[in-house]
Amino acid sequence: MLVAILAGLIVSLSSPALYKMLGKWLFVPMALLPFTLFIYFCAFLPSVLQGHTFTSEYRWVPSLYINLHFYLDGLSIFFALLITAIGTLVMVYAGGYLTGHPLLGRFYLYLSFFMMSMLGLVLSGNIFCMFIFWELTSISSYMLIGFGHENAASRYAALQALLVTGMGGLALMAGLILIGNAGNSYSLSTLLTRQELIQSDALYLPALLLILLAAFTKSAQFPFHFWLPNAMAAPTPVSAFLHSATMVKAGIYLLARFNPIMGGTPEWQLPLLIAGSISAVAGAWLALQQTDLKAILAYSTISALGILVLMIGIGTDKALAAMLAFLLLHALNKCTLFLIAGSIDHATGTRDVKLLQGLGKSMRPIAIAASLVSLSYAGVFPFFGFISKELLYEATLEAESNAPVSFIIVFVSKVASVVIAFVLGYRLFWRTSTAPTVVRHPCGRKLYMPPLVLVFLSLLFGLLPSQLATPLLNSASGAVLSRGIQVDLHLLPKFSMALLNTIFTFIVGYLAYAQHNRLLNVAPRLLPLYNTGPESWYQQAITGLLKGSVKLTSMIQSGYLRSYIAAIVLVHVGLVILSLWGEGPALNISTRLDQLLDVKVYELVLLVLMVGSVFFLFRTRSRLTSIATMGIIGFSVALLYLLFGAPDVSATQFLIETLTVVLFVLVLHRLPPFRFLSHRYRRYKYIILSALFGGMMTYVLLLVKQFPLQSELKAYYGEHGYMLGRGRNLVNVIIVDFRALDTLGEITVLAVTALGIMALLRLRAEKGGKL
Amino acid sequence: MVGILFGAGLYLILHRHFFKLILGLMFFSLATNLFIFVVGQLTRGGTAIIEEGSEEAVEPFSDPVPQSLLLTAIVIGFGILAFAIVLIRRVYQVLHTNDMDNLNETDKIEQPIYPHE
Repeated sequence: MLVAILAGLIVSLSSPALYKMLGKWLFVPMALLPFTLFIYFCAFLPSVLQGHTFTSEYRWVPSLYINLHFYLDGLSIFFALLITAIGTLVMVYAGGYLTGHPLLGRFYLYLSFFMMSMLGLVLSGNIFCMFIFWELTSISSYMLIGFGHENAASRYAALQALLVTGMGGLALMAGLILIGNAGNSYSLSTLLTRQELIQSDALYLPALLLILLAAFTKSAQFPFHFWLPNAMAAPTPVSAFLHSATMVKAGIYLLARFNPIMGGTPEWQLPLLIAGSISAVAGAWLALQQTDLKAILAYSTISALGILVLMIGIGTDKALAAMLAFLLLHALNKCTLFLIAGSIDHATGTRDVKLLQGLGKSMRPIAIAASLVSLSYAGVFPFFGFISKELLYEATLEAESNAPVSFIIVFVSKVASVVIAFVLGYRLFWRTSTAPTVVRHPCGRKLYMPPLVLVFLSLLFGLLPSQLATPLLNSASGAVLSRGIQVDLHLLPKFSMALLNTIFTFIVGYLAYAQHNRLLNVAPRLLPLYNTGPESWYQQAITGLLKGSVKLTSMIQSGYLRSYIAAIVLVHVGLVILSLWGEGPALNISTRLDQLLDVKVYELVLLVLMVGSVFFLFRTRSRLTSIATMGIIGFSVALLYLLFGAPDVSATQFLIETLTVVLFVLVLHRLPPFRFLSHRYRRYKYIILSALFGGMMTYVLLLVKQFPLQSELKAYYGEHGYMLGRGRNLVNVIIVDFRALDTLGEITVLAVTALGIMALLRLRAEKGGKL
Repeated sequence: MVGILFGAGLYLILHRHFFKLILGLMFFSLATNLFIFVVGQLTRGGTAIIEEGSEEAVEPFSDPVPQSLLLTAIVIGFGILAFAIVLIRRVYQVLHTNDMDNLNETDKIEQPIYPHE
């Protein structure tokens, strides 16, 4: 399986190069990729249906238990087949939709990369592996949504999707790690057997909340639903793929995957029920108020996702089977609908349902596909939609608690889909109109074949449910429940409450469709209300974050050197005081004072000289005077060195001090004149800070001197300096002999400095060359 | 004394004027050197030179390690100082300012555009 994923990634990365070679035929290899994978997974199908699971593991970072571990069971293969099948059709469609687009190669790269990461996600058997692929889907969807990057709305939508799902990704990582710790394993197959261990752990609740957050952001559940409608800024093939088999289904997959590990508790079910219900109803309500075809479909996706989450929340055998059946149906139908919307947009240049009419004649193949898919979407016999809807109703009616509430919610969502089906399947194409919308160019085969194939599939699933759908759904829902279940799908309806309800839904749906225009007229008046919804919270959060970071940055990064230095010094002083405050050794003042007073007269003279010079330096306004004063201090320090047994250092200091003064005088006339620039008030602040710093350094020094210095180096050099280095001056021996390489480094530093100085001085020659 | 030198150095660096910045740098390098020197035990009289005829140093002799460190430090300090002086001279020539506060162009952030306002 690793080979399959890697091969896919390689093909996807090579697509820009292939585009140069193949031109408009690029779609052939790109569609062959998912198709090959589809066949590949089909080969696994018979044994997976018998209950076998396949794993393959490759070591990646074994020390952190991160392995490329692939795991194929009923649920994985269900998703994998869906992704590759729809992927194939979308790839073909994209070839027609974006014909001649200069960045087609790049587009295919993103799209196939997206598909491969989604595939990797559903095949992951290691939770870290899962997280990585999860994030890869976020990133590649960012690229896809922002594909039309010249458009500001596109960029905004892409960023929004990335931020929202990225937040979920972080939550997922934390949640997965918590689960891994609680279950003491990072392997999915092991975790699946440790349900009790994990649920009894104290980390269960936080892990659960984090996983739910991740799933809700990815699957666009309320209150994180707002990114999905905006994501329709992407080219239509992307929307079709994103809404059907990938991305939003990743959250559902996550929930289904972790249902056997985390599920069965009220903490797990309640949030799912609430979020699912709100999303289902809100999505349906909002979908009916849109006039943009893609927006209608996007909101109805939110509604459908809400239903899926709700079903997982109900959690009975029937509910999960219904969930998977509906997922299959939704993937097939929503993809078709988006492809149709894309074709209409492509052909007419508009997506506004108010403007589009009478397209039945001019776009015949698309019209047929649209009508058929609408029948399935509305749940009409004998399409798969019919079976799926029956299952949903049965599941809600047999729910253990809150059956009426969940029934009503499914009902509302279904009514909305009936209305949408009427709009798409009837109103746009067949309703008699005086002025049909002008079709600028006919749709090519690549644009109408994929929707037709998908419609055919959903008809096939509907006609042969027990042969095609039942085994697949049973093995998948068996994986969701981690035990075998048997749900039989029948095409021929049994006379039951569910059937009655289906008919009832259809009637209410038709009535609602009759009122649809009126709702569309009211919708704009409700806009102010929606503008206070979750999306505005998101905007406020983003704006607040930007403003906050601007404030923080301008506070920290003031641009004044002195502020930086003051901050550094203050922190330094603070840290030293902090570490000395508690258990740090105390300064023994009385003994130190004795030592301090043990000063020879000539030493005292030097000290007084230096202190005097420092204060004189502060007073003076002449540059020459200050340099001379500086010289005095330097020479005094040199004398101190001499007095305390360091003639070499002293000599160096004398030399350097002289050089410094000479250098200063040489460039003095080019230096700015001396002026006091600071305010008096600020100077006091500086004085306090400086005194604090000076005092601290003195204290530290005195404290250090309190402890005797045990220098083994001194003894070593004293002993071996002459014997090994053949020099009597130990300091010289150290510098040129023992530590010769250090000295070489020092010389290099000086050489580099000299070069720098040269460069700075030479720059003047060419006046034009500004710094 | 070290404390005074450190304090004075910092005080000067905090000023806005270029010239004082250089003086402050000098102070800092002096103070640091002295600090190292004092930490490595002061010995009056004895130097780190082995007597003629003897093969090992005889106590009291001063610790050669901090001294050799100091030698390096002083020279490097001079290198930095020389570079700073020339650099500031250049800056003054090019920008005609002697005020550190005028050199904060690169640290200023542009006011960002808020997408939702």
